[in-house]
Amino acid sequence: MALDKNSTSYTLTFSVVMVVVVGAALAFTALALKDRQDANAADKKMMDILSAIGVDATRDNAGELFGQYVKSRIALDIQGQAVAEENGTLDLRNAADPFNIDVMKDYRASIKTVAKEKSGDVAGLKQSLASEDLRFPLYICEKDGARIAVVPVVGSGLWGPIWGYVALASDFQTIYGTQFDHKSETPGLGAEIKESFFTDKFTVGKKINLSSPTLFEVVKGGAPTTEYSVDGITGGTITSKGVGEMMNRTLGIYATYFQSQLSTQASR
Amino acid sequence: MSTQTAEVVEKTREPLFSKKNRKLITDPLGDSNPITVQVLGICSALAITVQLQQAVIMSLSVLFVLMGGNVVVSLLRNMIPDRIRIIVQLVIVATLVIIVDQILKAFQPDISEKLSVFVGLIITNCILMGRIEAFALGNKPGPTVMDAIGNGLGYAWILLAVALVRELMGSGAISLPGMGQVKLLPTSWFISEGGVYENNNLMILPPMALVIVGMIIWIQRSRNKALIEEN
Repeated sequence: MALDKNSTSYTLTFSVVMVVVVGAALAFTALALKDRQDANAADKKMMDILSAIGVDATRDNAGELFGQYVKSRIALDIQGQAVAEENGTLDLRNAADPFNIDVMKDYRASIKTVAKEKSGDVAGLKQSLASEDLRFPLYICEKDGARIAVVPVVGSGLWGPIWGYVALASDFQTIYGTQFDHKSETPGLGAEIKESFFTDKFTVGKKINLSSPTLFEVVKGGAPTTEYSVDGITGGTITSKGVGEMMNRTLGIYATYFQSQLSTQASR
Repeated sequence: MSTQTAEVVEKTREPLFSKKNRKLITDPLGDSNPITVQVLGICSALAITVQLQQAVIMSLSVLFVLMGGNVVVSLLRNMIPDRIRIIVQLVIVATLVIIVDQILKAFQPDISEKLSVFVGLIITNCILMGRIEAFALGNKPGPTVMDAIGNGLGYAWILLAVALVRELMGSGAISLPGMGQVKLLPTSWFISEGGVYENNNLMILPPMALVIVGMIIWIQRSRNKALIEEN
């Protein structure tokens, strides 16, 4: 073949063909595996929610146990008003199902908002502050005859995102259980937030304060703790602060809803 | 393409399992092992050898990418423009790595989570680019596959050996994909439960992987003095 392999046109053609082939191969793989990956992510989410109410599930029985314990899935808007509720079986394709709300995605978008605020991008800021559209999921579970509310929380640690679930007993104040996880916190320091020695501290009679702007605090090691605060992890200060911040910010949105629920209960 | 087929016919065919080709598999297992002799791919060997199941999945992933990358580059060796060959190699390897990562996420989600970034980092594993640049670019697919299998297995056995020692001594357990972790000792044997045995927690920490690899290197070089460097 009289093809000059060193010519620019050959090199360019080769690159273009290669990129098209590679792109097609990757797109095919991603599409072919998407359903399985989504199902895996959903299973993991169910396991995490169940773990917050003290139920150990495996990937195999997560769906079954989730249906058994989680009685309803509610979506709140930013004012804490319930706007949607689902009680039936889970449908991963139904975007209106509160289970399918991607709180991490919403949180990232709001971080970008803050960045825009700092850079003075007024038009972009207005657009992303249309937070009336934001939805916050709440899971009402029933275990041993008691009602437990599970709230997903997301925030930032030192190196990357942290997230978890906070379960509240039927008075919406006493913490029933917590479950935290992280993407890339330092092993042995910030990464310890997922260990039981840290999450168990939340369950020893700790409460969130619905009537205060600071609902809950993670304080620095050694500082005295109240029923509304818990000891942080030594050497994991920023991650611990992140846990406190995400609990505060997220539970603050739910506080209105909890209080309205409590007052309807009282008036009954 | 026509030149390529003509070229194959012209050359005298060498049997695939000739002595020279067999050496392509056996050499990387021992005297030219990518980890212990060439000291490539150390990073992943240290990071993911806490449990055997992670090491197994990682080895299979590297083997797959190594074979796939080598074969594709070998098939395209007469077509790849010289000036952009490194980029082409990178794109091919990166594509395969992303495919492996996606497959793991779909079929082995728990192990995929533990391996986290290290699957993605296969792209930067020097064994891959090293073999592609040094071998696949100048050889036919047949020998290239042998070379890839050899180097893949050479990488794998070190990984598995290190992981076996670390998991056995650090956690008192063995784990394989699909089976989960199996504790080998009853809990009542542990000091915390009133027994006599204690896991060596040092084994779980990354530096111990380095020490174990060092021991393998030590044993290997004391058996084959030719591997010892001059200074």
